[in-house]
Amino acid sequence: MKIKGLLTAGFAVALAVALAAPAMASHVIKVGGQCDRTGATKVVGVEICPGLTDYIALVNKKGGVLGHKLEYTEIEHGYLVDRGVEAYERLKRDGAVATLDYGTPIVYALTPRHMDDKIPGITPGFGRADSTDGTSWPYIFPMAATYWSQAGAGLQFIKDQGAKKGTKIAHIYYDNPAGREGIPIVEAVAKKEGYQLRLFAVPPPGVEMGPQVIDITRRFKADWVLGHLFGQAPAVSIKELKRAGFPMNRFVSFVWGAGETNIEAAGWDTGQGYIGMQYSSTGRSLPVIKEIMQRVYRDEGKEIPKFVGSVYYSRGVLNGAILAEGVRLAVQNFGLPVTGDNVRKGFESIKNFDLQGFLPPMTVTSQDHEGGGWVRMYQVKGTEWVPITDWIRGYRDEVMALVKQANKK
Amino acid sequence: MINRECGVYQTTYEGDMALYPLPLARYSTLAVVVVLALLPLVLDSHMMSLANLMLLASIGAIGLNILVGYTGQVSLGHGAFMMVGSYTAALVTVRLGLPFWLGLPAGGAVAALVGAFFGIPSLRIKGLYLAIATLAGQFIIEWVINHSPWISGGVQSTIYVPTPTFLGWNINNEYRRYFMVLPVAIVAYVAAMNLVRSRVGRAFIAVRDRDVAAEIIGVDIFHYKLLAFAVSSFYAGMAGALWTYYLKIANYEHFTLATSVSYLAMIIIGGLGSVLGSVFGAVFITLLPIVLVYVVEGGAALFGFKYAAIADFLANLRLIIFGGLIILFLAIEPEGLFRMWGNVKRYFRLWPYSY
Repeated sequence: MKIKGLLTAGFAVALAVALAAPAMASHVIKVGGQCDRTGATKVVGVEICPGLTDYIALVNKKGGVLGHKLEYTEIEHGYLVDRGVEAYERLKRDGAVATLDYGTPIVYALTPRHMDDKIPGITPGFGRADSTDGTSWPYIFPMAATYWSQAGAGLQFIKDQGAKKGTKIAHIYYDNPAGREGIPIVEAVAKKEGYQLRLFAVPPPGVEMGPQVIDITRRFKADWVLGHLFGQAPAVSIKELKRAGFPMNRFVSFVWGAGETNIEAAGWDTGQGYIGMQYSSTGRSLPVIKEIMQRVYRDEGKEIPKFVGSVYYSRGVLNGAILAEGVRLAVQNFGLPVTGDNVRKGFESIKNFDLQGFLPPMTVTSQDHEGGGWVRMYQVKGTEWVPITDWIRGYRDEVMALVKQANKK
Repeated sequence: MINRECGVYQTTYEGDMALYPLPLARYSTLAVVVVLALLPLVLDSHMMSLANLMLLASIGAIGLNILVGYTGQVSLGHGAFMMVGSYTAALVTVRLGLPFWLGLPAGGAVAALVGAFFGIPSLRIKGLYLAIATLAGQFIIEWVINHSPWISGGVQSTIYVPTPTFLGWNINNEYRRYFMVLPVAIVAYVAAMNLVRSRVGRAFIAVRDRDVAAEIIGVDIFHYKLLAFAVSSFYAGMAGALWTYYLKIANYEHFTLATSVSYLAMIIIGGLGSVLGSVFGAVFITLLPIVLVYVVEGGAALFGFKYAAIADFLANLRLIIFGGLIILFLAIEPEGLFRMWGNVKRYFRLWPYSY
């Protein structure tokens, strides 16, 4: 009797384990994203996309997300809206529980679809600043300092360097929606601090800015330049300002003017002292990058490409890290199967996630989908970007007030 | 369709003037429409999104072909006219609360007005010079929309529109969006087919073939050139408005110069001066890059390559193949896919008794 009961119990446990084990072990969690290796921003794409896939490879090498394999599908869209829509629909059909949206116009176009389909989309570096507000945009996650936060942090840095009432600040920006986005914060802060502010628009494609630079250096005689440029424009701005004799260590650039490629195009000698913001740390000395180099490349006997550890590559690692962390929290809190809505809740419960110093101390809540809006100032020294501050942010009240106001409409 | 006129005798003027005078053509066209209507039963949502993108591109391409292919006025401003339609639709929906089926003609009408205005230079200049004048139109419209908050809705130049509804039916997935786009595309196609064989269409063709001669035989050049711009821009505006409702957002970055150029590519590959050719071209340019994704990646996997390892190479290889195929098709048949289709039809017209 006793033995029979024990046997039954043992059998039941064995059966339960046998049934549960394959279900647990063989579960593959699908995430996806788009990439741009041939389109308008291919210079960024060829480094940012491998960053993401390498990080996912690292996660899988270490046993996946709580034992489940992450399957990441990358779809090339060439920075075209229709291909981006197609890519999203394909990922959705294949069961992706979260996606990375790549490219400002594509992010805009896919936002309503994310809201309809209840699949969260992360948009680090591309998304619109007002989608920070998670109550209005529950399925959109900027997950990195938006242009508003970047403007706030840049001006905070300038203030920490001794700017006071009457300091002349020139804001040079790319004349498209993404480029103009920082203006409201810059204006609000300049008014609050009593800076003299002038705005200088650079029309696309932004390869000609002689007149603006002469205006900045000769007529306006700016003390600081805050640059928000894309593509080839940052390199041109560095060259032109240098030629006009403007000190590079008083030129602060938003994140898309702060890659190695931007300085390479202008010349490393020219760019010495130039300051750029980063929303992820960069360089090969970081623990997570070291781990990727060891486990994804050396262990496989592969040669480490030159771009590993570069600025854009690091941003790709950030994309991968956030996707993996969101999925991990979804599995941990809600178990299987993973759904888009659970991953959203997973993202919203990210707390002090910094990936061994690689990321700012990110805390995402259902109100704040930006993760705090931290950036770090880097400066060009020699042939690399060197951090000169810790993670900083500034004028958070102004930024959050603007977010609130933008979503009230 | 492959039709044989053998044994068909028209006894009425109506029969002779019908869009498809042959019974077989009528049946086959009807069959195509039925197949199109039944597609959602067999395709998944991803395939439906492809169908939608092709239909959207077809509407715009038909419009551009009326202007470039039939009237002979080269335009590089088609994207801008789509942009006008797109923002008009967004504004009338958001500000006035109009439903999408009123927003569509509104977008078309405003785009037609703007298009006719930017068509005025065509009265004095032709060919490449006109292309540059319309290029200016592209940049002017883009700049104005981008810098007028009243039109563009703020610094982001982006207007979200609510989910379009039809008789209480929320158009919120790819299947439903298909039934929003398909009827418009069919109406656009039939209207264009009829337009080009009407008095107006013949006047367009006369202007294209030699405008001086057309003027001498009594075609009012001023009238018909501007009309061509207006009709073409109406199509563009409708397409742009549909894009707005399809994406639920109006954003000028979908309709830049690159869009204008890709629509020109569609009608050149499809066949200038052919409505069906515009559709072929739209399908070709929309579908080919996406099909190549599967073909090239599948091919690489067949040879044992991992996607991640050679992603950059594959991305560029696809572009090379895409460009190569365009050149190949144009080299085989400079008059486009429509002409190829015509060749096939001609071959089977007397088959198997061809001489």
